[in-house]
Amino acid sequence: MSKFEFPPSIKSRPVWGTLEPRAGKHHLMIADAAGAEAILGIATPELMAGTHIIYIPRGADHADALRAQNPAQFYEGPTYAASVSRIRRVLQDASMGLQVYLTGTEGLMGQAMHEAMQAGIPHTAIQTEHRGSVARRMQCVHCKGITEDVETDPFVCSHCGLNLFVRDHYSRRLAAYQGVCIDAEDPGNVPEPKGIYE
Amino acid sequence: MSGAEKIAVRVTEVAPLNELVTRFRFEPVSGGLLPTFSGGAHTVVEMRDGDITRLNPYSLMSDPFDRSAYTISVRRDDEGRGGSKFMHTNVSVGDEMVISNPVNLFSLDLRATKHLMIAGGIGITPFLAQIKQLDRAHGNWELHYACRSEALGSYVDYLTTTHPNDVNIYYDDQSQAIDLDTLLDGQPLGTHIYVCGPKGMIDWVRAKAAEIGWPREAVHYEEFLAPQPGKPFEVKLAVSNKVIQVGEQESLLEAIERAGVDAPYLCRGGACGQCETDVVQAEGEIIHRDHWLEDSEKAGDAKIMPCVSRFEGKVLVLDR
Repeated sequence: MSKFEFPPSIKSRPVWGTLEPRAGKHHLMIADAAGAEAILGIATPELMAGTHIIYIPRGADHADALRAQNPAQFYEGPTYAASVSRIRRVLQDASMGLQVYLTGTEGLMGQAMHEAMQAGIPHTAIQTEHRGSVARRMQCVHCKGITEDVETDPFVCSHCGLNLFVRDHYSRRLAAYQGVCIDAEDPGNVPEPKGIYE
Repeated sequence: MSGAEKIAVRVTEVAPLNELVTRFRFEPVSGGLLPTFSGGAHTVVEMRDGDITRLNPYSLMSDPFDRSAYTISVRRDDEGRGGSKFMHTNVSVGDEMVISNPVNLFSLDLRATKHLMIAGGIGITPFLAQIKQLDRAHGNWELHYACRSEALGSYVDYLTTTHPNDVNIYYDDQSQAIDLDTLLDGQPLGTHIYVCGPKGMIDWVRAKAAEIGWPREAVHYEEFLAPQPGKPFEVKLAVSNKVIQVGEQESLLEAIERAGVDAPYLCRGGACGQCETDVVQAEGEIIHRDHWLEDSEKAGDAKIMPCVSRFEGKVLVLDR
């Protein structure tokens, strides 16, 4: 699957990279859906011997291909929320030299990056690669509620029901983009929703 | 005027610690309080030695929260250009001197869960201030300090008495060495390394940490270079339209200043990047000695750090 080229944007918008194997004693790879393909792209027997993979398929069927790489540990989680306690435990027990690789959707990478940063890894030392859906995890700046997997702009806040404009303004702390009311001055005057990158 | 703001101080203590190292205490002439600083900061001390003015950076080693005085420790370097020797032989209690406001290029990263300090010789000084700062904040730290011998182990007694469980001392003459492989293995996530000492030690620690996958953002180091003497050379300053001579014993930056040209600087030791200057023309070899420029920049000869770097050749024109 080809990778999506995000258009250039403001400085706040994260720029995702391309995974590469790095020197380190332990490797933690966290992926959802099509992110598995990025892991398969760098997997070697030597790397996998020291790797713990946490994978959230979200309907994709890459789990067997990942398992076949013989990682030191493999965990398949139903959702990110169900996997986060395991991610925290792995980071809590880890020592310096751990390499973190995040790949898949922006929501997955952002939330897992927040956990790794909380555990003490500088965000610039965490590798990322975007794969799959370009949907965003959005925070409503008015009610602070998070709406996952937003694909259109504008969209309706799943918490307070306001019509929100999708901004590129991003928070690493919240792992979310900012959604701002689009019809505050002229209630009801809401443009037709279209894809975020259309 | 370039550099950090200046403070007029009086020397209130000169305390020889051992054969090589002497401690100096500075109090403000005005009688007020000095600016506060953070552990790892340095001050640039002005030394007026006849016609020559030397400006050397020294790490502040006193308690960052004590604003009544600053202390520095100076190791005498008989091979150098005379700055440390001037401090040792010409400075006495009661003298008035000028120092700069503190500047920190070696600060603690307070996001770290643990601070792992590695010191070699006189490189211990910034850690003395950092330890005082961390003790106040109940920070998690440990120090590994290599010195030549017991006789030259500055502040060893103080450190081992006040922090017996956190301080590890290694004496070269007793064949004790830091076991870096074991030390770096298994450090908890969020540990940051700080290393200050000779270049060989800094390179050794950085290379080992990179090899076993430590992020470079978690490895901090400081090494002030003293400008080394070298062959005299001539420089043209394009903006000021002046041709100046750089003497054997002075740095390019000092020669620029002597010509009355105000050039930016901060650390004067090749570390901070403040004095970076564009090279307009160079026919000959720029002798890069700084820690600031990338290797590719040094190869390109388009930039020079006049605080420590020199030139050998026919023509050097700087955008200054």
